[in-house]
Amino acid sequence: MALPHATTTPAEAREPAAQTPSGVPPRRARHRVGVRAPWWFLVPAVGVYLFIVVVPSVNGALFSFTDWNGLRPDWSFVGLDNFGTVFSDRAARDALVNTLLLAAVATVVQNIVGLLLALGVNSMVKSRYLLRVIFFAPVVLTPLVAGYVWSFLLAPNGAINEALRAVGLGGLARDWLGDPDTALYAIVAEIVWQFAGYSMVIYLAGLQAIPAEVLEAATIDGAGAWYKFRRVVLPLLNGAVVINVMLCLIGGLKQFDQVMAMTGGGPGTATETISTVIYKSAFSLGDFPFSIALAVVMTVVIAVLAAVQFRLTQRRTS
Amino acid sequence: MHARYTWRTLIREVVLILLALAFLVPLAGLLNVSLKPQNSQTGALAPAWPPTLDNYVEAWNQASLGAALANSFVITVVSVVLIIAFAAMAAYPLARVTRRWSRLTFYFVIGGLLIPGQLALLPLYATMRDIGLLGSLWSVILINVGQQMPFSVFLYTMFLRELPLDYEEAALLDGCGPLRSFVTVVFPLLRPVTGTVVILNSVGIWNEFFTPLLYLGGSDNTTAPVAIYGFVSQYVSQWPLIFAGLVISVIPILVVYFALQKHIIKGFAGGLKG
Repeated sequence: MALPHATTTPAEAREPAAQTPSGVPPRRARHRVGVRAPWWFLVPAVGVYLFIVVVPSVNGALFSFTDWNGLRPDWSFVGLDNFGTVFSDRAARDALVNTLLLAAVATVVQNIVGLLLALGVNSMVKSRYLLRVIFFAPVVLTPLVAGYVWSFLLAPNGAINEALRAVGLGGLARDWLGDPDTALYAIVAEIVWQFAGYSMVIYLAGLQAIPAEVLEAATIDGAGAWYKFRRVVLPLLNGAVVINVMLCLIGGLKQFDQVMAMTGGGPGTATETISTVIYKSAFSLGDFPFSIALAVVMTVVIAVLAAVQFRLTQRRTS
Repeated sequence: MHARYTWRTLIREVVLILLALAFLVPLAGLLNVSLKPQNSQTGALAPAWPPTLDNYVEAWNQASLGAALANSFVITVVSVVLIIAFAAMAAYPLARVTRRWSRLTFYFVIGGLLIPGQLALLPLYATMRDIGLLGSLWSVILINVGQQMPFSVFLYTMFLRELPLDYEEAALLDGCGPLRSFVTVVFPLLRPVTGTVVILNSVGIWNEFFTPLLYLGGSDNTTAPVAIYGFVSQYVSQWPLIFAGLVISVIPILVVYFALQKHIIKGFAGGLKG
C-alpha cells in the first residue's frame, strides 16, 4: 500500500509560516497558544514497529550473508554464497520470472478492466449503484477462498470448459491449471476478477473529482469522446493511475494465497512465485539461508520498481 | 455531462449488467455447489434441487469452523483496536510538531511501506519461537499491529495535518493536558479516517492467510482461512463439502460487506487519496 509520492511534496516539509507571503502574519499565529503534542505518544507505535518490522528486517538482510539456520545461535559469514545458490537454482529463477510476469500482466489487465468499469458505472446508467456493489464484492472475499472457487471453475470438467463446449469452442477447452502454458495466466484471470473492483473504485474517485466545467468546455470546443478521454480525462487521472499501478505491482510481487489455493506452485515450477519458494524452502526443506537470500532479492526488486515508478511520475508531473 | 438517458446509455447499461452477471458466476457457483448432495457431479450452475444443508453440518464439525471463526474474530478485533490506538496517538506529534525529529520519524515509519514482510519473516519467526508465542493468537496480533503501523500512521498523520488547531487551543485554554485533550477533543474529530483504518485493516486481517498459517498452523488455535486450507487438503475434490466450508468461512465478511457496502467502498477509495 505504498504511496510515497503523496508524502514527499515539498510544501509539507516546510514550516507552515514559510508559505505565507512576507509581511502578512499567518492567520493561526495570531492566537497560537502553544498546543503541545508530547513525543512519548510515539512510543507504542514505534516500539511495535521496531520489534515486528525494523529489527527483523535488518537481521534478515544481515543473515543473508551468513549460514544462519534459525536454530543454532552460532553462525558464520559466507559472503555472497547464498545469492549464488539462489541465482543458480532453477526453482528460484523460475519463481523470479513467474512473479515478474504475473505482476506485470495482472497490473496491465486489471487497470484496463478497472478503468473501463469505472467509466461504465460513472455514467447515467440506472443500475450504477448496484453495479458498483457487485463489481467490488470480490475484493472483500478471502483470496484463498476465491482461489479454491476458481480452481473448481477451471477444472477439466469445470464451468469454464463446459461453457466453451456449449458455444462450440470445445477445441479451446483444456485443463487450465494443469497445463504449464496456461496455469500462470489462469491465476492472473482470478486476480483480475477479484481486484478489478478495487481499481474501479480508485478510478471512480478520480473521475468524480474532475470538474464538470472542464468536460463541458472540451465539448463546446468540439472535442469528440475519444479525444476528450485521451487529452482531458486521462491526464487528470494521473494520480489514480499511479496509486493503482503501485498497488497492483506490489500485490502481484508478493503473490502467495491464490497460488497456494489454485496450483500450489505447479505443474512443475510453472506457477511458483517468490513468496511460495521462500515459504517452501524455509518450512518444508528447512533451508533458511536460501530462503532469506531470496527474500532480500525480492526486497531489492520491489524497491527498484518503486523507485522507477516514483521517478517516472515525478517527471510527468513536473 | 451525461444529462439524458439515451439509447446509447441503454446499450451501456445492458452490457454492464451482463458483465455483472458474469462477475457473479463464481459466487453463485460457490453457493450452488455447497447445496448439492455430496457425490453430485453436475456442473457448477446446474441448480441444486432439492437443496441440502448436510454439507454445512458436516463441514462445520469436520473443520472445527466454530473455533476458527471465533479466533479470526478475536484476532481481527484486538488487532484493529490496537492499531487505531497506537497509530492515532503516534500521528499526533508527527502532525503537530514541525521539528526535525518529528519529520524524520515520520519518514522512518512510512518507509516500512516499501519493505515486504518476507524480509523479516525468518528472524521474526525465530524470535516468536524463542519467546514462546508460536501457536498463540498474540503472535499474529502483534505481527498485524506492527505491519499495519506504517500505512495507518500515514493515514492519520495526513488527516491531522489538515485539521485546524482551534479545538485543541480551546481545550488547552480550558486547562486540558495533552493526553486528555487528545482523547476527548482530537480523537473524536478523527472519525472519518478512523473509519477508513477500521475497514481496510479488518478486511485485510480477516482474510489473511500467510501469517496465521505460519504461526498458528498445526496448533489448535487456527483462523478461518487456515482451517479451510487444512480442510481442503483433507477432502480433496469433494467439492460440495469443501464449498460449504468455504461459504461458512466467508459469510461473516460478506454479510458485513452487503450491510455496509457504501461505507466500505468509500473506505477503500478514501484510504488511497492520501
